[in-house]
Amino acid sequence: MLAPNDETDLAEAVAGAAGPLRVVGGGTRPIGKPVAGEVLSVAGLSGISLYEPGALTLVARAGTPVAEVEAALAAEGQRLAFEPMEHRGLLGTSGEPTIGGVVAANVSGPRRVQAGACRDFLLGVRFVDGRGTVLKNGGRVMKNVTGYDLVKLMAGSYGTLGVLSEVSFKVLPAPAAVAVLLIEGLDDGQAVRAMAAALGSPFEVTGAAHTPKGVDGAPVTMIRIEGFESQVRYRASALADVLAEFGEIAIETDPERTRAGWAWVRDVEPFHVLPGDVWRLSVKPSDGPEVAARAEADGLLYDWGGGLVWVLVPEGTDLRARLGAFEGHATLVRASEATRATLPAFQPEPAPLAAIAAGLREKFDPRGILNPGLMG
Amino acid sequence: MEMPVPSAAVLSKKARIVARLQEVLPEGAVIHEAQETRAYECDALTAYKCPPLAAVLPASTDEVSAVLRICHDEGVPVVPRGSGTSLAGGALPTADSVILGVARLNAVLETDYDNRVIRVQSGRTNLSVTGAVEEQDFFYAPDPSSQLACAIAGNIAMNSGGAHCLKYGVTTNNLLGVTMVTMAGEVVEIGGAHLDAGGLDLLGLICGSEGQLGVVTEATLRILRKPEGARPVLMGYRSAEAAGACVADIIKAGVLPVAIEYMDRLCIEVTDKFSGAGYPDCEALLIVEVEGSEAEIDEQLGVILQIARNHDPVELREAKDADEAARIWLGRKSAFGAVGRINDYMCLDGTIPVSALPHVLKRIGEMSEEYGLAVGNVFHAGDGNMHPLILFDANKPGDLETCEAMGAEILKLCVEVGGCLTGEHGVGIEKRDLMHDQFSGDDLEAQMRVKDVFDPAWLLNPAKVFPLAASAERRDFAA
Repeated sequence: MLAPNDETDLAEAVAGAAGPLRVVGGGTRPIGKPVAGEVLSVAGLSGISLYEPGALTLVARAGTPVAEVEAALAAEGQRLAFEPMEHRGLLGTSGEPTIGGVVAANVSGPRRVQAGACRDFLLGVRFVDGRGTVLKNGGRVMKNVTGYDLVKLMAGSYGTLGVLSEVSFKVLPAPAAVAVLLIEGLDDGQAVRAMAAALGSPFEVTGAAHTPKGVDGAPVTMIRIEGFESQVRYRASALADVLAEFGEIAIETDPERTRAGWAWVRDVEPFHVLPGDVWRLSVKPSDGPEVAARAEADGLLYDWGGGLVWVLVPEGTDLRARLGAFEGHATLVRASEATRATLPAFQPEPAPLAAIAAGLREKFDPRGILNPGLMG
Repeated sequence: MEMPVPSAAVLSKKARIVARLQEVLPEGAVIHEAQETRAYECDALTAYKCPPLAAVLPASTDEVSAVLRICHDEGVPVVPRGSGTSLAGGALPTADSVILGVARLNAVLETDYDNRVIRVQSGRTNLSVTGAVEEQDFFYAPDPSSQLACAIAGNIAMNSGGAHCLKYGVTTNNLLGVTMVTMAGEVVEIGGAHLDAGGLDLLGLICGSEGQLGVVTEATLRILRKPEGARPVLMGYRSAEAAGACVADIIKAGVLPVAIEYMDRLCIEVTDKFSGAGYPDCEALLIVEVEGSEAEIDEQLGVILQIARNHDPVELREAKDADEAARIWLGRKSAFGAVGRINDYMCLDGTIPVSALPHVLKRIGEMSEEYGLAVGNVFHAGDGNMHPLILFDANKPGDLETCEAMGAEILKLCVEVGGCLTGEHGVGIEKRDLMHDQFSGDDLEAQMRVKDVFDPAWLLNPAKVFPLAASAERRDFAA
């Protein structure tokens, strides 16, 4: 295993690599085609290098534990607004999730629907390309259009274009209060319409999820409001009026219960103990129920107002074959190594886009040594 | 400003190129007479002008594709143009180039309130996107100052921002999908009404690539429900330091305004005279705006005004009604126009960490003395995006050059303190030759390799973004 402790060592390790490298942060998100290669761990590049609460900016080395970043932010009443998902429970992994891993997989959570994804909060990156060259793009300021935006390109590239050494974020104040509106008993179509009404209201809904099977077996639709206390009170009540036609509405404001409820959605907890493969569909929200119905799933969980659908199917199922054509993409998130070796984890792209992606990989990693084949 | 020598081979076959373009476009969509091509000789960076070989105005993705195929085939450089409002020279032609204007691509293709998206052709103006959804109380968030005129195509090319992006983000955060035509004429679809990419984030890469990777003909944009209300408050301070400290304290307090705008004395005086906004007599003025219901606004402004008082303001003025709100914004919104009436000016666009604000303003004041040119500062303080306006006299020999030298020094200062050359206007030709101050040769090489993938012949807007010497080999090889 290669375990560099700083960026210079990292660059040397990549430059000196004789064959394929399997890049890992905390190793908690084994998504994509299994890579045969020497492990290159970035965990040694750790620590927050700059945090200016007054500028809403945080810079950290890629191997910094997510927990360390979140604790530093919480101490100043701030947070990562994109609410990164924690994959250990769903994927049955151990280890310490790293901030570089969050970026490499563009990991977001329920608040993505309103605040944006990891890529939207990523201000800058430093990374080592497949030649072993240290590169930077973006920076630590919120508005920056200087040159091409390789920051976005690196987010979600799963270490196939470069190995991240440092990442910088825009962070946001954590609001003082939260309220969750709960509606029971809606079918998937009604739930998506209710969530659309909520998201289309002026009350800045920061979460809209639906489970056809809640903890006590009945369908539950959840709508989240965040802000200062009187604001949340006002908005929850105004939103309840908007949603009155969909059924009886309960309002939960207990901080611990609401936190646990959204962690349940964010981390796809209902599927943790159930066997089978887990897929993640990104679709036009109003298409969600119809596309999901084609999956003949053993379990479903809707987030992002219906735009994100978690699908549980028997092991080895080629979900894309069941779905047929749809607008969006399907990613295989949990499956055995054997299944991930045969079914493409990432949505195959139309030929012109696949050619562009292959061209980019060839430019950033001409030897094809960085997580080769992981993204297909 | 150095531009590449026009290709003699291309110039000599103008008649053939024009004839081929006329074959694929309707009458009137190919502009090639010398007196007519002059309309396309520059964008809003008017110091530099060069009429193109021809200009074309296609009205569909297919027509754009046909034009690009011909230009690709003939080896003609193509300069895409939105509404020509670039302050960075992003749409400046060369004599051997074809301007591809998207002005006729201005339709709304689909509005979808359930999914909160709108699909438009890219020549549609920014403000008219909001205009198309306003009756349902929705809006398109990015709001560059030129929003009445600027096109979505240009917004995407430059990843444009605006006054309200502290809360709503810039173009890239509100763009969900595009139809794009590559230089070879191939039509590609990226993204759509769903979120995030299934593979590499090509959408994020294209946004802000200054028209060098492809020509965007259609875009899917996120639209949002309008807030219930908004109200600005005006604050006057005796020093930049006091105003800067106030901004940092507001942000740290956990209230996130939608906009925090800053003006210095020169801009306050000029805009007040021009607009009659009634601004106070002070060194630094802040306009802070918050959104929500009346009660929500009261509560947020309560917190903000308390912080403002702690920094010993000259004046605090809360808008009591829509008229007063409009008066507070009036001066700020007319700032560039007001300064333009009294003088020629160059508008810079560097971004700095908010904490460096007082230091940078002090240094700009010192440079103003050294160079003998007055500078006004108006900018988005919440996100550190500065817009120093350097005043010069275009009729005085050497003044433009002095102004450019001073501008370059200010931008280098922005980079030095941890910021960047351009926050929302783009590099274009204006900041092209300063790129070495922000990026290493390797960093620039990595970016140019991206262009190699999309446009191997380097025909799309080739003389922009990268220092000419850095891109010379690629452009010459292609020619």
